[in-house]
Amino acid sequence: MNCGIVVFPGSNCDHDAYTAASSIGNARYLFHKETSIPSDIDCIILPGGFSYGDYLRCGAIARFSPLMKEVVTFAHKGGLVIGICNGFQILTEAGLLPGALLRNSSLSFICKDVYLKTENNATSFTRTLQSGQILKIPIAHGDGNYFAENETVKRLEGEGRVVFRYCEQNGNVTKNANPNGSINNIAGIISEAGNVLGMMPHPERYADSALGCNDGIAVFTSIAETLAMKKVG
Amino acid sequence: MNNFHAVVTITLRKGILDVQGKTVEHALHSSSFSSLSNVRIGKHVEMNVVADSEESAFTQIDAACKALIANPIIEDYHITLHKTEVA
Repeated sequence: MNCGIVVFPGSNCDHDAYTAASSIGNARYLFHKETSIPSDIDCIILPGGFSYGDYLRCGAIARFSPLMKEVVTFAHKGGLVIGICNGFQILTEAGLLPGALLRNSSLSFICKDVYLKTENNATSFTRTLQSGQILKIPIAHGDGNYFAENETVKRLEGEGRVVFRYCEQNGNVTKNANPNGSINNIAGIISEAGNVLGMMPHPERYADSALGCNDGIAVFTSIAETLAMKKVG
Repeated sequence: MNNFHAVVTITLRKGILDVQGKTVEHALHSSSFSSLSNVRIGKHVEMNVVADSEESAFTQIDAACKALIANPIIEDYHITLHKTEVA
């Protein structure tokens, strides 16, 4: 696994993403002004933060970074891309994932641990998880309220593209477990081709047991396994 | 060529719950402004544009709105144009 972690002005989870990715494979930072992605990079991480100060809309300006043009091309060629928190917002603004992230329904910035239900473990990002497995993962966002048109949501649900859903500790998906008002408790979705994942929770922040929980490392081990299988294939 | 001044007003699309608008509305209702309703909070963006006609100016601003200034999945926008003497 050779992960490229894109650093925008205002990214603040790039170091955590680097630490998590480099505990499994190789990682390096990619500056947003770069105009190409090194040929050995096989996974791109758009980390959390407040790219470009969240001006206008979260993720709206980052989409126009020179490197983002390359990320879009990389994704269209089937390269693995994961957007976490602000990275998810950038992916929706760039049109790599459907929908948008609205202001949290409480209007508050929420920073706490939540529980996620693994709705689809047959993806490149979740293959080391069990179906229905519950993960404890932190969230830290003000705009994580996933919204899409009814038809889009129906399609996402019907095609198994809702990968993670906010749930109670026991796995029940309830209104109480929904921290931000997201439609159908959606916490993470995947692209139609299955190579782009966006999620608001931060797996990289719980990727080492020294932090009290390492539930998030499964996302990184899944990516590494997927890439190893591709190489063998 | 002519100079125009554009004002773009962006609001959440009708049908999407405007939590800020609702919160302000509740505050107004508890401050004796009970006859006010349907409060919507939005953004106000101003810019100058040089174009050979008002139609061309509008087309340029509209394209900018679609590309960046508004997100049509969640937002509506309204453009107001005025011809000005200086850019």
